[in-house]
Amino acid sequence: MEDVLTTQGWTLVCELDDIVPDTGVCALVDDEQVAVFRVGERALYALDNFDPNAGAAVLSRGLIGSIGDRVVVASPIYKQHFDLRTGQCLEVPEHSVRAWQIRLEGGHVLIGHPL
Amino acid sequence: MAVKLLVIGHGMVGHKLLQELVERQVQGLDITVLGEENWPAYDRVHLSDFFSGKSADDLSLVTPGFFDRPGLQLRLAARAVHIDRQQKRVTTADGEVIGYDKLVLATGSRPFVPPIDGHQRAACLTYRTIDDLLAMREWGAGSRIGVVVGGGLLGLECAKALRDMGLETHVVEFAPRLMAVQVDDIGGQMLRRKIEELGVTVHTGKSTLDIVDGEATRHRMRFADGSQLETDMIVFSAGIRPRDELARACELGVGERGGIHVDNYCRTRDWDVYAIGECAYWGGKTFGLVAPGYDMARVVAAHLCALLERRQAPELPEFAGADMSTKLKLMGIDVASLGDAHATTPGARSYQFSDERRQVYKKLVVSGDGKRLLGGVLVGDASEYGTLLQMMLNGIELPDEPEFLILPSADGKARPMLGADALPAAAQICSCNNVSKAQLCDAVAAGAASIGALKSATKAGTACGGCVPLVTQIMRAEMKRQGLAVNNHVCEHFAYSRQELYHLVRVERIRHFDELLRRHGSGLGCDICKPVAASILASCWNEFVLQKEHASLQDSNDYFLANIQKDGTYSVVPRMAGGEVTPDGLIAVGRIAKQYGLYTKITGGQRVDMFGARLEQLPSIWEQLIAAGFESGHAYGKALRTAKSCVGSTWCRYGVQDSVGLAIALENRYKGLRAPHKLKLGVSGCTRECAEAQGKDVGVIATERGWNLYVCGNGGMKPRHAELLAGDLDTPTLTRYVDRFLMFYIRTADRLQRTSVWRDNLEGGLEYLQQVVVQDKLGLAAELEADMQRVVDSYECEWKKAVTDPQTRKRFQHFVNSAEGDSNVVFVHDRGQIRPATPEEKPARRIPARVTTE
Repeated sequence: MEDVLTTQGWTLVCELDDIVPDTGVCALVDDEQVAVFRVGERALYALDNFDPNAGAAVLSRGLIGSIGDRVVVASPIYKQHFDLRTGQCLEVPEHSVRAWQIRLEGGHVLIGHPL
Repeated sequence: MAVKLLVIGHGMVGHKLLQELVERQVQGLDITVLGEENWPAYDRVHLSDFFSGKSADDLSLVTPGFFDRPGLQLRLAARAVHIDRQQKRVTTADGEVIGYDKLVLATGSRPFVPPIDGHQRAACLTYRTIDDLLAMREWGAGSRIGVVVGGGLLGLECAKALRDMGLETHVVEFAPRLMAVQVDDIGGQMLRRKIEELGVTVHTGKSTLDIVDGEATRHRMRFADGSQLETDMIVFSAGIRPRDELARACELGVGERGGIHVDNYCRTRDWDVYAIGECAYWGGKTFGLVAPGYDMARVVAAHLCALLERRQAPELPEFAGADMSTKLKLMGIDVASLGDAHATTPGARSYQFSDERRQVYKKLVVSGDGKRLLGGVLVGDASEYGTLLQMMLNGIELPDEPEFLILPSADGKARPMLGADALPAAAQICSCNNVSKAQLCDAVAAGAASIGALKSATKAGTACGGCVPLVTQIMRAEMKRQGLAVNNHVCEHFAYSRQELYHLVRVERIRHFDELLRRHGSGLGCDICKPVAASILASCWNEFVLQKEHASLQDSNDYFLANIQKDGTYSVVPRMAGGEVTPDGLIAVGRIAKQYGLYTKITGGQRVDMFGARLEQLPSIWEQLIAAGFESGHAYGKALRTAKSCVGSTWCRYGVQDSVGLAIALENRYKGLRAPHKLKLGVSGCTRECAEAQGKDVGVIATERGWNLYVCGNGGMKPRHAELLAGDLDTPTLTRYVDRFLMFYIRTADRLQRTSVWRDNLEGGLEYLQQVVVQDKLGLAAELEADMQRVVDSYECEWKKAVTDPQTRKRFQHFVNSAEGDSNVVFVHDRGQIRPATPEEKPARRIPARVTTE
């Protein structure tokens, strides 16, 4: 456990059980807001929480779904879709956001750097 | 030099002619219209609506700005008294003389008043014009009993008007049955029974001798058989006579029983004078329906255009007579008559079906060889009218056992309808607006893919609406033929419509989205199908929307039980049922808003909205609101919002019922009900309608005798007046009807479809809705009521549940790993309250730079 918490460049933000399956939460990582999504039981994704379309930090509160093969979140303000793997905004590509490194270790959710 | 066209008469047909001419954009025509009445053209077919809430303006057929065009002028209250055909000029009652190059007589008819002694007494009226309606209303106000003389189509319409005014209503008919022209003996009897059940007394075979002073009432009518009838007012509606006096005086030929002789182009013997509508006599008869009048207007418009453009005559449309089949609704009762209803054709055979329990009578008249339909009568249920009419008009060969066209099917399934493919392209589907099957198909090819779109593209089904089922059928068939899938799938994850999903959830008793997706869907679902499923599951089973299995389906608003605003903060709306709130309640709301620094505003639904709440503040705000006695207002859900009310009979001098009490009861009954879209209710305590109930999904207006129930109204982007579903209901009946109506909507509507749009797309329209909700035609009423009762019984305040459940409460944190708030939320002060800062007002946000690693 000790080494997980101190692993260089990674921040422990919460436990897996803190996230209801198929929803997101927002984590504070070095003064930045990161939206963390749990898809199904164990798949995790992380994006900037700030939605450039709306100018509000809300992406963690969006609905998760799929469009074709992409796993996406829909912004709760104007409903644009963001690819959870890449952060690409499907409707307005210039408003894409960053995806972040994320991994699950034991029951811990760890956030790394923006990809 | 412009050609001067003078039109005498601005009724429905006269106005149709103007519309046709305007649409053709002919140049060089200077049109003057003389209208005898004080009102521009209005819808005479729906006159009785005046007594169920429509105003004279509602009935108008003239779109705003229509007469602002150059070369088109209307003169109202201008009665023509003389035509000088030699000098080609017309004199009005005011002595004005107007010259013409072409003259059109569209003078219509006058009501026939039998020359009975006493027919000119006060409160002896006719039923034809808006001025007549105003007189009826005036006399009706001081009357208890009203009599209509004449049991034909118009007479029964008029009886409805008297009944709507709350009078004890009688119909006196000379013939031995009602609607003698259109229906046969058995049909007439069935109709009579149904009408009498509605509280109208029918007297047939009565010949009125005279009208004298009554004992307790204004009049007494004495009949040839020695009987008599006391009444306060009398309305004569015993047929119509063509207005041909101008034509007679200038020696244009007229028919034996009146009417101006015209040829196939609607020209009189003077080729510069045309006659159209009810005043015209063609082929040995006059036409008392609007559809043939419209046909004549089209013929004359085409003829005039051809003259102006000097085109050759052969390509011109000609009037070719008209089918006098009619379908109408009299006091809620369907009556239809087709072709040779009395089987007078030599060798004709007939089939009859009558059901005394359901009070339905149907008759088919077929040719001697059994191959062609000649006519028919439908009373009590006219749903086959459209199909039968097309079979008759297009000479479509009948099946071997034509009786099955009118017999109810044994297994309760709908009978196979006439295939749309069987109809020829030229078949006229909408006779009111003369729309053919070919035109409908063209409109579908041009992209009209819903009944609403097809209506606005072709006008089909927009007048009487009788053809809408057939129009829908043709649309579907054509879309299929053109390879356009009628795709109403919810989204890529479910190949089903919302209605189908609802059905699957109920029938298979599916309780969770995962299960629904596994059995019937694909992929992960999305922001379209998840909220749809959440809404359906809530409508069916009403489990807590935030329990683990449902939480991930909810839109942000439902997930946090509040309305997300542009900056990511939320607004909070406690329920104030009926708009009623105590001073202590208001103080509590004010105190809480002040404590959390929230912006407050009164909503259109008569409650208070508090803005600017941060996610982490919501539970404690609600804890305090709940402690003050409030509960969730569901402003965040596709659910019942509010029941707006006026103050009603408790305080108001004019109120006739307790509208606030009913609004509170209705709002509390349906609170928390999840639906395809939000729902709004309104209750007004009298006809002044201060609660604007007719702009609501469900609107209730108090009457002296109970409640009138209106449905499917809307304000917003596309305002729509609600329609009267049922009248004078007691409160338990009203509640049952609202239960049924709402559940039927919830079952059958599309995603995010308000009741107004749902209604516009509902095959069969208002009539069908009445059959389902009031007459229980589908036999669903008990089930719909039970479904609703289950939702009502399982209601729980979602906020109460959320603040007391630690698992749920935990989610109301902006950060999962910090108690801090969202630094992106910034307020500034304006007009003494907060508002979100604009981007310029915010401190510069650090824009994350994209780091590329190669």
